[in-house]
Amino acid sequence: MTAHEVSVRLTVDGADRQLDLDPRVTVLDALRDELGVTSVKKGCDHGQCGACTVIAGGRRIVSCLALAASYDGAVVTTAAGLGTPDRLGPMQQAFADRDALQCGYCTPGQVCSAVAMLDEVRAGMPSHVSPDVAETRVELTDAEVRERMSGNLCRCGAYVNIVEAIQDVARAGATSEGGAA
Amino acid sequence: MKPFAYERAATVEDAIALAADGGVYLAGGTNLVDHLRLGVREADRLVDISRLPLAEVREREDGGLVIGAGVRNSDLAAHPLVRTRYPFVTQALVAGASGQLRNMATTGGNLLQRTRCVYFQDLTTPCNKREPGTGCSAVEGLGRHNALIGASDDCVAVHPSDLCVPLAALDAEVVVAGRSGERRIAFADLHRLPGDRPDLDTTLEPGELVLAVELPPLPMATRSRYRKVRERASYAFALVSVAAALDVEDGVVRDVRLALGGVSHKPHRALVAEAALRGEPATEVAYRSAIEAELEAARPGRDNAFKVPLVRNTVVDTLARLAEGSAA
Repeated sequence: MTAHEVSVRLTVDGADRQLDLDPRVTVLDALRDELGVTSVKKGCDHGQCGACTVIAGGRRIVSCLALAASYDGAVVTTAAGLGTPDRLGPMQQAFADRDALQCGYCTPGQVCSAVAMLDEVRAGMPSHVSPDVAETRVELTDAEVRERMSGNLCRCGAYVNIVEAIQDVARAGATSEGGAA
Repeated sequence: MKPFAYERAATVEDAIALAADGGVYLAGGTNLVDHLRLGVREADRLVDISRLPLAEVREREDGGLVIGAGVRNSDLAAHPLVRTRYPFVTQALVAGASGQLRNMATTGGNLLQRTRCVYFQDLTTPCNKREPGTGCSAVEGLGRHNALIGASDDCVAVHPSDLCVPLAALDAEVVVAGRSGERRIAFADLHRLPGDRPDLDTTLEPGELVLAVELPPLPMATRSRYRKVRERASYAFALVSVAAALDVEDGVVRDVRLALGGVSHKPHRALVAEAALRGEPATEVAYRSAIEAELEAARPGRDNAFKVPLVRNTVVDTLARLAEGSAA
């Protein structure tokens, strides 16, 4: 560990990981380059596309703008922590069932974002399209899903099916799969 | 990204001491980390203030609110007292950025975010804000987003915040701390016009740390509205925006608060229009005449003249809808 390195502990998809990092390293680069967790994707690296979305402390964030040093101790869930190829999580299964992807590059970020977004809806968080921001019961219309998912771009344009997949999960049940805060 | 040291502050005093000699505060990082990576900004040392105990919203005895500088945008938007007493604050927050960014970005950082003028972020072009004395590329460049009011020959950039527009309308106060102690800054005095120092966005002293934003009580803000006009339906900065609160009794404007975003280097409080409206009939004719008086200060350039009628029409429509709501 050199003079400017910082010690960072992350719990990634259930596993405790200890790292000594240059302070410039983001959560995204720590996951991919240091820990080999490639389920998280690098798109724009400017916080604009959402491909790098992970759930940290129960909340969706863009990991490209999160310095790993600042997230020392965080519990991080990537798409790989939401299910396995043999046992897909409900959101992953819905994306597959609805054909909610084409190339698939944005999909891990979409899935993480969608899981945490449904938790935000359950918590009564308002959105830009909510008719009354004081109302804590959110009626999850397609417009609400689109607005709340606007931080995740899909250049293949699978949006129509992404909305359907998320609505399938929203209708199916009220339990969180995002992990506790 | 150039190398920097990282320190995590345990207390406010600790943070201020660590920021002496050029340390840069890191909160949510959504603007700063991007700028460090782009080379828009350099730092020798980051002082992480994200774990300071500044993440609470507290009610004042007079019914106002104290918002800790570390309160995340998403938490502030969802706070029961904010969404009921100051709905335009919630509306402004949820009109900004994306769900992910709102979970990261803080109240203090929102106030101090830098302009999104494309030339400011493009290192290959001159920019007086990024590199004083090099010139302004936006004056004769792509000027669609340029300021209408209070610009200078040196800078035509606009302040990008949504949250700051209702805060200007509310006469919020900003509590800051530095090496010489704590002080309170009236919201109107926090941001500055560019003049010949566009590199300075605010009146903060080097090393000063925002601790809190205080909202005074304003009963009429329960009927308030933030309207944002942008080039796509979501996840874009404003072309123009309007924060308004209106108190109408017997068809007469008893009181009004009005602030504009996307038109100036700082959130623009429309004091001329407010003064013109108080005591006048609550009619579209009066709203129009008031905002036209305000917009006499506008100096549109080649590409942004469309903002003048856009501001006017957005203000008139917003006030008309608020008046309808208060009559009901």
